[in-house]
Amino acid sequence: MDTDTLLSMTGIDKRFAGISALSGASFEVGRGEVHALIGQNGAGKSTLIKVLTGYHRRDAGEVIFDSQPFEVFSPHQAQASGISTIYQEINLVPYRSVTENICLGREARRFGFLDWKRMHQEAEALLQRFNVRIDVRRPLMEFNTATQQMVAIARAIGFAAKLVIMDEPTSSLDEREVGVLFDVIRQLKQEGVSVVFVSHKLDELYEVCDRVTIMRDGRTVKTAKMSEIDKIGLVSSMLGRTIDRAEGHATAFRDRDQRKIGDVLLSAENLAINQTVQDVSFDVRQGEIAGFAGLLGAGRTETARLVFGIDRPCAGAMLLDGQTFEPRSPADAIAAGMGFCTEDRKSEGIVPEMSVAENMMLALMPKLSKSGIIDEKAQRDIVERFIKQLGVKCSGPDQKVRELSGGNQQKVLLGRWLAMNPRLLILDEPTRGIDVGAKGEIQTLIKSLADEGLAVLMISSELEEVTEGADRVFVLREGLSVATFNRDEATEDAVMSAMAHGSAPRVAEALS
Amino acid sequence: MTDTTRQQDVSRPFVPMDFMARYGTLIALVALLLFNLAFTRNFATMQTLNVNLTQVCTIVIVAVGMTLVIATGGIDLSVGSLMAISGALAPMIFLGKIVPIDNIGLAVAAAMIGSVGVAGLLGLFNGWLIAKFRIQPIVATLVLFIAGRGIAQVLTNGNLQTFRVPEFQFIGLGRIFGIPVQVVLMALLVIAAAWILKRTVFGRQIIAIGGNERAAELAGIAVARVKLAVYAISGLCAGIAGLIVIAINSASDANLVGMGMELDAIAAVAVGGTLLSGGKATIIGTLLGAMTIQLVRYTLLANGVPDAAALVVKAGIIVLAVWIQQQGRRG
Amino acid sequence: MTRPRLISMLGSYGVVLALLLLILFGWARYDYFLGFFNITSVLRYNAMFALVALGMCFVIMTGGIDLSVGSTAALGSVVAALASPYGAFVGLGAGVGAGLCVGLINAVLVTRLRIMPFVATLAMMLAASGTALLIADNQSVSVSYESGFTSIGQDNFLGFPIPAWIAIIAYIIGWIVLNFTGTGRGVLAVGGNEDATRLMGLPADQIKFLVYLASGGLAGLAGVILASQFGAGQPIEGVGWELFAIAAVVVGGTLLTGGVGSVGATLAGVLLLGILFNVLNFENGTGWISLSAYWQSVIRGLFLLVVVMLQAKLSSRSRTVTGEH
Repeated sequence: MDTDTLLSMTGIDKRFAGISALSGASFEVGRGEVHALIGQNGAGKSTLIKVLTGYHRRDAGEVIFDSQPFEVFSPHQAQASGISTIYQEINLVPYRSVTENICLGREARRFGFLDWKRMHQEAEALLQRFNVRIDVRRPLMEFNTATQQMVAIARAIGFAAKLVIMDEPTSSLDEREVGVLFDVIRQLKQEGVSVVFVSHKLDELYEVCDRVTIMRDGRTVKTAKMSEIDKIGLVSSMLGRTIDRAEGHATAFRDRDQRKIGDVLLSAENLAINQTVQDVSFDVRQGEIAGFAGLLGAGRTETARLVFGIDRPCAGAMLLDGQTFEPRSPADAIAAGMGFCTEDRKSEGIVPEMSVAENMMLALMPKLSKSGIIDEKAQRDIVERFIKQLGVKCSGPDQKVRELSGGNQQKVLLGRWLAMNPRLLILDEPTRGIDVGAKGEIQTLIKSLADEGLAVLMISSELEEVTEGADRVFVLREGLSVATFNRDEATEDAVMSAMAHGSAPRVAEALS
Repeated sequence: MTDTTRQQDVSRPFVPMDFMARYGTLIALVALLLFNLAFTRNFATMQTLNVNLTQVCTIVIVAVGMTLVIATGGIDLSVGSLMAISGALAPMIFLGKIVPIDNIGLAVAAAMIGSVGVAGLLGLFNGWLIAKFRIQPIVATLVLFIAGRGIAQVLTNGNLQTFRVPEFQFIGLGRIFGIPVQVVLMALLVIAAAWILKRTVFGRQIIAIGGNERAAELAGIAVARVKLAVYAISGLCAGIAGLIVIAINSASDANLVGMGMELDAIAAVAVGGTLLSGGKATIIGTLLGAMTIQLVRYTLLANGVPDAAALVVKAGIIVLAVWIQQQGRRG
Repeated sequence: MTRPRLISMLGSYGVVLALLLLILFGWARYDYFLGFFNITSVLRYNAMFALVALGMCFVIMTGGIDLSVGSTAALGSVVAALASPYGAFVGLGAGVGAGLCVGLINAVLVTRLRIMPFVATLAMMLAASGTALLIADNQSVSVSYESGFTSIGQDNFLGFPIPAWIAIIAYIIGWIVLNFTGTGRGVLAVGGNEDATRLMGLPADQIKFLVYLASGGLAGLAGVILASQFGAGQPIEGVGWELFAIAAVVVGGTLLTGGVGSVGATLAGVLLLGILFNVLNFENGTGWISLSAYWQSVIRGLFLLVVVMLQAKLSSRSRTVTGEH
């Protein structure tokens, strides 16, 4: 075995409740190497990392770390063996002091008791490497997210790690802070520490990484030197597209006639919230499918949440039918004729213990009732109609929704909104986690809805779904609207290249 | 990451814990009845039935409100204290200690409406803390759990209020067609609550909030308003139960009315099969749960086991029921 | 000064300030308030509550709750009284042992069977109470006056009540454990973010196990003092002690959701609530007003309400702090 290899994982399999999350994945990191790990949502990056750090047990495969077979059963053990992880959501204890967050689990002791003085000094020294000078005695929660992220990194490095895994460490940092982080990564590299760097910001990868491994559908599809692959190459590997692929139709959106598209229903100008959405503008017309394309973290879902009144924008404005639209809650958006099928069906969509009928009627129920009493018959008629119309495969309206497959749950949720007879439907990843057959059915359904005049805002990470399905494609990148394509311009090449390195128009102007 | 929702629509294999979670209470109740028929003397009499029904009434009434609260994923620890408050207030009103009312009918009506209303308002206050300030239900209701009994004691100065007012005590001692009034009251409340949960928008919204609060909010349900309402209802139920207790005793002792009721009610709900984490509720189950606990106690006492030991057994039943429920859910 | 800092200061210093103000008020208003007799009797009486509150403080810091402490103290007092003829230390050990048994069951229910703390400890409240009544045969159990058992509760050491000494030592140990041991910091970490604590590699379950065990043991110790002070094991005592303890802990600035807490401020909370009762007695003695002892729990509830609402503000603040960049 190559002595320059620190970590090698081969043939890793992991299944959850019969569903394969990793199948034959492999991953190799050299000593002192900064290695990027990228892939779409559900590609298996996080599972791979969690298998490595002992959070999950692998079902099959071999891991060699530091020339030894590697077997750990908990993140704690992995840490003790020299693998530290910084998780995407900051996994620290907000109420406790910075020192405690850095030193918990490996406290300095004197005569058996904690040596606070030394622990404070250690924490300060570690943070100093990042040019962070703060009062380490204060609770972590008093500092901003960037500082908290630095504390997380300081904690990881403090464990004398041989390998530091950073899961999207830059998502909450500003440019200067990212610069500081990169300096630290380079410093680690010089000290011979390897770094696994997970990020969706492609520019960053080129700045700091040596090699990249790309995952898709639980497999490792490509490992390359950063210098030998361009952004289009990265994006196309992630999406599983080859650039010179013969254009065929891959979705059920094919054979679509030119449909009649009406007036602008909703338009949004310069929306912004926090770091995630910085400047997003778009509009949707009646009978139109407007597609949102972009990599993870581009701000698509966050924009949809603004439209549906879940979050409130800190800048920008929306117009509905030419009138100012400022939803304060989902109820407002629903009253204005909107529906929202969220990306995360399980935690934001279905009520698992309720039946198909109850789930489908959840939003419509108040309208269908007489003085608060549910009109069972009317409901049953509607539910049965939608079950038939949407082709929901269930034993009947009374079956528990948690017993249905993902595709059928999605149809139930579509039914929930369609029953409201909405004017605008927001679909966030409508076909994720759904098998091929049901996927086609749902796509056909979306198309026919638009044909009937419904405005659809569709977010999808599947390139062909947006390029073939949408009448117009809005490309978002790192919280900015970077490009808009009409249907005939929206080739996969063009959209991919905008996702990879499109820049906001005004930035482009400034550069030229 | 993992998509566990992608189970196929196959019939699920038999899981013993699941079965126990679903039918355990019913089996236990039937087993208890059979045991008593075989071993307890004079069990199959009207008197036994009456004793057990009247004793279980107040628990069931409070547990009905508690079921709705728990269905939303909450909890109400203040019910016992609210019973004490309504039990303290009512005699003060109909005995004319606050404002003298000459007409006894009027006085009793005022007492009932006033005391139950105050309990409802205090329940609303619980809901306000929970919905508006997003305080955890167990913490928010702890405030009145602590202060509520104190308020009742302060109102009465800790004194026993005795009375003999048949017009009022009808709700505890009277009979309609030979059935004790409080049993009728209990039956009405159980039916009403079961109907609300099954047939009304409000009921569905309660279950939806407990099942998935985020999904409920995204479906346009006014989560805060529903929560306010369930805590207010829980307060009202506690208020009614408080009146029944003092009517039976012909006396109101703020130190004792509703003591430990929160646990009895939670136990009835848990034993009855309502998920303590919310999202699934059965009022009939709660009724069966309360009856099971009552019957266990009766069985033990009737067979010469001391009351104190019955407490220990009750604790065991509660832990067992909650544990089985969790196992069933995991399976 | 930032708002969370202000509120956390209010939590830890506010209670001390309130305590000082109350003492000052009492000193200025009543003749014998700071007299030796009053001070020692307040300390002697409140030592039991202080012990129970100390255990509660640790449980609450992990984000849990222990509603069984009152019954556990009652059980401890009965067991100690029954064992007292065999010697003062046997009585002490038996009472504490009984408390530890209850604590052990609580710990197993919460950490192994994963039953919600309030359900598990409410059930144990019943079970401990039932057991106490059973072994005491539904009545008070007189302690042995020959074995010296009563000294624990009634005598002084260096002019200071022994129960107060016990409480002070327990608080010093609690303070050291919380501030100077890994386990102590683990207690706060588990309450602050249990998942993160596990990912950090700390034994979260073991920590929770220990706090319930300790809470039971301390409640048992409080029971020993109860029996020794009043000369009898009291199976029906301890009702509402858990409420006093929770109120004292929360008034001391410990977050009921866990993760923030202070042993010293808990002691201040106990004294504040205890002396409030004392002041109430003095005030009634002056004949100006007559506020019954029942006002105690109303005031306790009010304290709790104010603190909980302040804490809700604090935590909604921390949500936005971590939510926005």
